[in-house]
Amino acid sequence: MTAQFGSTASVESGPVTKDQTNGHGANSPVSSVQQAPRYRAPLDTAIIDTDIHIYFPTQDALRSYLDESWQDYHRTFGQRGFDGSHYPRAMPNAARHDAWPDDGTPPGSNLPLLQKQLLDEWNIEVGVLNPLVGAGEQRNLAFGAAFARATNEWQVAEWLDPEPRLRASIIVPWEDGELSAAEIDRWGSHPGFVHALLIARTKEPLGRRKYWPMYEAACRHDIPIAIHFGGAAGVPITGSGYPNHYIEDHGGMPQTFQAQVISLIFEGVLQQFPTLKFVLIEGGFAWIPPMLWRMDSAWRKLGSEVPHVTEPPSQLFRRHFWVSTQPMEEPFKPDQFRQLLGQLDLDDRLLFATDYPHWDFDAPDRAFPVPLDKERRRKFMAENARALYKL
Amino acid sequence: MAKHIVATVDEIPPGERKVVEVGGRSIGVFNIKGEFYALRNICPHQGGPLCEGRLTGFVMADKPGGEYRYERRGEILRCPWHGWEYDVTTGQSWVDPASVRTRSYDVEIATAEDLPSTYQPGPYTAETFEVSVDQEYVIVELPG
Amino acid sequence: MPDPTRIDCDIHNEIPNLETLYPYLPDHWLDYCRESAFNGPDAADYPESVPTTAREGSSAKPDLAEVQNCAMQDVEIGILNCAYRVQSVRNEDLAASLATAVNQWQVEHWLEKEPRLRASIVVPSHNPALAAKEIERWGDHPGFVQVILPVRAEAPYGNRRYDPIYSAAVKRGLAIGIHYGGAPGHPPTPTGWPSYFIEDYAGMAQIFQSQVISLVCEGAFERFPALRVALIEGGFTWLPSLMWRIDKEWKGLRHNTPYVRRPPSEYMRAHLRLTIQPLDAPPNPLHLAQILDQCGAEDLLLYASDYPHCHDDQDILLDLLTADQREKICSANARAFYRL
Ligand code: FES
Repeated sequence: MTAQFGSTASVESGPVTKDQTNGHGANSPVSSVQQAPRYRAPLDTAIIDTDIHIYFPTQDALRSYLDESWQDYHRTFGQRGFDGSHYPRAMPNAARHDAWPDDGTPPGSNLPLLQKQLLDEWNIEVGVLNPLVGAGEQRNLAFGAAFARATNEWQVAEWLDPEPRLRASIIVPWEDGELSAAEIDRWGSHPGFVHALLIARTKEPLGRRKYWPMYEAACRHDIPIAIHFGGAAGVPITGSGYPNHYIEDHGGMPQTFQAQVISLIFEGVLQQFPTLKFVLIEGGFAWIPPMLWRMDSAWRKLGSEVPHVTEPPSQLFRRHFWVSTQPMEEPFKPDQFRQLLGQLDLDDRLLFATDYPHWDFDAPDRAFPVPLDKERRRKFMAENARALYKL
Repeated sequence: MAKHIVATVDEIPPGERKVVEVGGRSIGVFNIKGEFYALRNICPHQGGPLCEGRLTGFVMADKPGGEYRYERRGEILRCPWHGWEYDVTTGQSWVDPASVRTRSYDVEIATAEDLPSTYQPGPYTAETFEVSVDQEYVIVELPG
Repeated sequence: MPDPTRIDCDIHNEIPNLETLYPYLPDHWLDYCRESAFNGPDAADYPESVPTTAREGSSAKPDLAEVQNCAMQDVEIGILNCAYRVQSVRNEDLAASLATAVNQWQVEHWLEKEPRLRASIVVPSHNPALAAKEIERWGDHPGFVQVILPVRAEAPYGNRRYDPIYSAAVKRGLAIGIHYGGAPGHPPTPTGWPSYFIEDYAGMAQIFQSQVISLVCEGAFERFPALRVALIEGGFTWLPSLMWRIDKEWKGLRHNTPYVRRPPSEYMRAHLRLTIQPLDAPPNPLHLAQILDQCGAEDLLLYASDYPHCHDDQDILLDLLTADQREKICSANARAFYRL
């Protein structure tokens, strides 16, 4: 064994000795990246929160927005999605422990608490609601469509009407392009809805043509398509089968986002719909530069298979995609975060998000691990979202 | 050093806590098996209300597929936001005991006779608290 | 400055066709193959004429002479990776016999004819017990330095079902090489089947990422502290972002996998090595330098030409390195990792 190898990392014994390359000090048995209480940013800009989750307080509340026949259906058969890939979560409802209303209803189901803990506490100017209540994941597509419509009506009646700071997502039964287009047409000109919401783990990659009618409708109304963390899809979360743990499921979601971007770009969606915009929510963003480098390199050699892709994937990405900041990337050293922003080159596209009331919540003053200049702060915290959503 | 009366002993039974405002700081006072501990109610990670987290234990294992050990049940505080684990008795985090820790404060128990006049009144003044002779009090010591 | 000698950690020796294996198959499988429509594994991870499979002037399945002439200049030692996907043959006994035949062919046609070459043991990894047997069969042969597994498998490689493979490999001092490709039957993405080859190709990096998460979080390196894993032909520029993300996950979810006792990135650094091709490099060399620095790449990367596969020029990487780093990446890291 050579000296160089042994001095930095030892395979034989397992434990790593001192690492000289990246500032990840290894003095304690368990060393960590974060050394001191985190940098605290001044809250001197407007804040637009692009990812807030709301839930029906009870199943009865959901049913009250369904037609009578679907109420019976729901009472009898309940929700039927893609089962069999359940990773018990670390936190009930994947929520912050302090976000449960006193009456025992789920986090995110109580407007006054949401106002107090989020909108008032952080002086949020506008908050975008992304209800992940399951309408898109129903195997019964007709029920999914009814469920989506009920969710949209509920958002208007119980959230948008009483709280002018909130905006909503058009929930669609995404596995059916036509039904989804109809739902987008129904709400597309309502000023309270800012995007249509999909989940990252759709049944097929989102570039596939079955989804295209939905994109056509989104273009008709100039509404972005948002793709949010989560879902089960009925296939494993890796290209190599089912892992065992929640940490692998949760930590593996960036691979899903990468698969969706690869699909949307290479299957030609952006050429077909040149005005379409996508928002990637809760996927993080450090994976974006290396993915774009790989896609560009693949396109240079294999582009003949997809002649409809007429410009480098990275260029298409930078034109058509917006990205939420949560869960915030936490590199080993503050400088590496700045390097990441440089590699990303997406200063006009990053959108601050808290993910309230979920456990991986990012606090507005401590989300960014490094100080940012005022201009970037303004853009990330509010102005990029204001421009995208025309707020 | 300023000492603050923050609670009566029987107000915080074993396994319970009380979050108090003293000296401009939010502090969680915990009773762990009869011993009292006080921690700053701010998680060093992103500032979450640490002392509102669940009390749990350290799950440990020597290797995958072996036995899980559950150690120090009830002495470990899990941040209500991102779930980092802290040892209530020291304020140290599991992820990085050397450098990520929350401030902990000395706590003592005193009876009414023990209370010298220099003690700062804690939250009890606001709650029209009266020191009575047959009670024991939890006292938190703040620097400065 | 003359280039340092190189250890090339990824040269392909592919089976030209099923008939190549006939001399090495037991009689009953030989007749079965002749009588049936079986034509070899159906994995479509290297379509023969796509531009990534062969560079100009090379063949998709080079023979020894071609490798000696085109891939071995300045190369002190070359490590062969045969991508014959016996794992995608569902009949596990046939798959096991095919693996034995492939390995025998590697010994006779490559190792015994060219002392600068080393090879990777092909195993029916969908049946770990049979795979372990195959490792036992060849483990004492000095020409084999690694067990090769396709990155796409039925279950992620941290799963305990693979322990017989790791235990046999560790016992014989062999590394595990996780390599581009594979055809386990389920989709290559977490969201179903894409339409085009270019999506499979670009998406393969995500499967490497998933395998790293699995190996670390399922505790493979705690069960086998001597396990060494090379990630071959999967790129490496994604490594820093994965380290950050999984370290972050671990801080809040550590109790989910309590045997993961150190930050995940530490296991990655200690147990993983990555080949340099494909580079998937940024257009700006400064960004590449940042990536190298962020993950401590000088100790992690292994030089590889990936002959005959076609990728971008590697000079953008090599030009960034100091003489010392060059020596590590071009040979010292591999010498230590593969015990050469
Ligand atoms: S704020 Fe406590 S773990 Fe993040």
